[in-house]
Amino acid sequence: MKALRNYLNRIKPNFEPDGKLHAFRSVFDGFETFLYTPNTTSTSGVNVHDSLDSKRVMIIVVLALMPCLLFGMYNAGYQNWLAAGATEFPFWQLMAYGLLAVLPRIVVAYVVGLGIEFVVAQWRREEIQEGFLVTGILIPLICPIETPLWMLAVATAFSVIFVKEVFGGTGYNVFNVALVTRAVLFFGYPAQMSGDKVFVSTNSICGLGFDLPDGFSGATPLGQIASFTGGNLELLNLKGNPISTWDAFLGLIPGSFGETSTLAILIGAVLLLATGIASWRIMLSVIAGGLFMGWVANVFQTPTYPASFLDPFDQLLFGGFAFAAVFMATDPVTAARTNPGKYVYGFLVGVVAVLIRTYNNGYPEGAMLAVLLANALAPLIDYCVVQLNVSRRMRRQRRVAS
Amino acid sequence: MRRTVSLKKGLNLNLEGGMASQSPVTIPLPARVAVIPDDFPGFLPKLDVAEGDRVEVGSPLLHDKNDSRVKLVAPAAGTVEAIVRGARRKIERVVVKVDAAAAFAPVKSAPFADGDVSAVAEALMASGLWTMMRRRPYDIVPLPADRPRAIMVTAMDTAPLAPSLEAMVDGKRSEIEAGIKTLAKLSDGPIYIGVESGSKLPDFAGAEMVEFPRLHPAGNAGVQIANIEPVNKGEVVWTLDILTLARIGHLALTGEADWSVSVAVTGSEVNEPRMEKTVAGAELKTILNGELKADGVHQRIISGNVLTGTRESLDGFLRYPYRQVTVIPEGDDADEFMGWASMSPSKMSVSPSFIGHFLNRKFAPDARINGGRRAMIMSGEYDKVFPMDILPEYLIKAILAKDIDRMEALGIYEVAPEDFALAEYVDPSKLELQKIVREGLDYLRSEV
Repeated sequence: MKALRNYLNRIKPNFEPDGKLHAFRSVFDGFETFLYTPNTTSTSGVNVHDSLDSKRVMIIVVLALMPCLLFGMYNAGYQNWLAAGATEFPFWQLMAYGLLAVLPRIVVAYVVGLGIEFVVAQWRREEIQEGFLVTGILIPLICPIETPLWMLAVATAFSVIFVKEVFGGTGYNVFNVALVTRAVLFFGYPAQMSGDKVFVSTNSICGLGFDLPDGFSGATPLGQIASFTGGNLELLNLKGNPISTWDAFLGLIPGSFGETSTLAILIGAVLLLATGIASWRIMLSVIAGGLFMGWVANVFQTPTYPASFLDPFDQLLFGGFAFAAVFMATDPVTAARTNPGKYVYGFLVGVVAVLIRTYNNGYPEGAMLAVLLANALAPLIDYCVVQLNVSRRMRRQRRVAS
Repeated sequence: MRRTVSLKKGLNLNLEGGMASQSPVTIPLPARVAVIPDDFPGFLPKLDVAEGDRVEVGSPLLHDKNDSRVKLVAPAAGTVEAIVRGARRKIERVVVKVDAAAAFAPVKSAPFADGDVSAVAEALMASGLWTMMRRRPYDIVPLPADRPRAIMVTAMDTAPLAPSLEAMVDGKRSEIEAGIKTLAKLSDGPIYIGVESGSKLPDFAGAEMVEFPRLHPAGNAGVQIANIEPVNKGEVVWTLDILTLARIGHLALTGEADWSVSVAVTGSEVNEPRMEKTVAGAELKTILNGELKADGVHQRIISGNVLTGTRESLDGFLRYPYRQVTVIPEGDDADEFMGWASMSPSKMSVSPSFIGHFLNRKFAPDARINGGRRAMIMSGEYDKVFPMDILPEYLIKAILAKDIDRMEALGIYEVAPEDFALAEYVDPSKLELQKIVREGLDYLRSEV
């Protein structure tokens, strides 16, 4: 380790303002602070600081996403094998297939997003911010596996620049960057990004997997519900067998890469809650909101809105609901910041997610839109909570004055 | 039955280097003492002495430009050795070379225990003890025109490794009661004394005793008054510690201001943490003589506690409130590989992601900020260590935006920088909250 430190010290002068590589100062800085905790000591105020910093916070979130990523890899392979009619599912081959399918997407998201971050940090003469470490892994996880790479690049660039950087960077954004990427894809390329084609990987990669016929269609459970036209509602997997609740819980269903497995998401949730990184208030109230709205829809079930036939608990298992509750709604920057506000915000996310997927046949899934809507309303929710504090103070003042 | 306030929010840092006993050791007289005007916010220093002048204990060194009756005085007798000025000729400190022979020959003024309001105020201002108090709003030295709504005396120091104030005023009952009587003349309202729950202090005549749990920052006078009777706009509350109260009583009874102090010398880089008897403003060289560990690590000497104290060099002086010196490792000589990933049990943190969080052990943190400065990302972190009915994040944002109406609405009149010290400690974004609050208070005072 000493050698590495010495090496960094040796090349550091090149990145100083008059060094020949100073245009890459932010990049060097980013790597140096990543490798070695900065030696900066406090100059004002407190003389000791807590050991927690934003790097650790972000890395913990990335770790919490790992079960989803690993399961997503397995499931990508599984769906391909299943669609091709395979009866045997060799674990390592499925994993390798999934890895090869998702790796280009992760690389594209990180290269585009971090590239922009480095440029902006250099331009603003700031340190690199860690926010994109999380965003960069979230993007491939919430996008369908067949998203074209160039679309992913365009959408990532758009949302990093216009949703985050123009507001001032990590900590100042109003909307969740990863979700806006997804929304840009969804609204910008509706033909390619929704429907039955994108959720299952249809080609063999490096000799692994199977090429599926052109006419192949693999609808997600929510997609099947949205296009349900009457008769007996039964959700089927790619082979035409019914999907059990257990399949949905494990995540062996078509869907966006990392968000099908409620089990994997739960493992991540446990890590986030145990380390205190994500707000339990938000998670709890998202689930409460989803169950409540699912229950209301289920009570007033009607064939006009087939999703109302779903059991409230199934609402939590299908689509991106659980993923949104654990990883999206809890983004501290875009969520409500006051404690009472978090309950309201979370409940709103839960209710709106189920509301959209049930009562708007145009959108089979509402979790993304629900979180984005709640992001927009979070400042308003906080404003109300803050005003309560202010009016308490004003009342006290009037009481003393009179 | 004493009034009890229960506070749940807060944090006690469990640091290495606490004192085993609080009985003070007498150390040699310091060669120099200094008065540092920066320790007294709101006091605009004007010189009363020149270099080479002879001063006695209690001789005025500086007066306040706003009201020349408010003085900062020499805590020991001797000659003025240096008047150190900084940028724009700002007076940084006045150094007195102590005359060992006559160091503590007390200068007596007339006792004023039975004096009227103006006599009491004049005597306090002339003695220098006036500047040992603070007022809310703004956390500055009280203004002579103030008529405080209440006076909050804190008899507990909950800061890390702090000495027990209660032990330090042991046997000073008559002084404390005289102090209460004196201050009562300057205020129409109650005088509260905040004590630790289970405190052995008797009920002092003329004051209301209120018990608080021993959970930092419950010892801050500002936190205490906020949980008894919060400061409203237009009101003034004075805050002081019980040591100052006892000094005021001593002055009222005898006419002598007592500038001897007991200092807790603490911290993980101190050989043998102990209590030392010396004088206010004493040279750190004398206080720390032989106390620093010779272990080769860079050391940070803090005059005060680790949260609110000021960084000083060994050539520095003991600073207000003259009761603690802490020495910790500086940490700028440590090379830590991927510290953010550390699973080391010696890392101190409020976050359960560190093993140390679960261990009942003492920590020896250094002065590194352990990360980089960021925008506010995590929410609700400050709130967990801020036991006042205030939304700290929003107040900080209002201060940064220089939005006066919003600052007032969010309760800036109730706070002092020290109340934000713990929030600054826990902040994963490493913002300089105490500095921000101080600048906000100064800005507000200059604008309103």
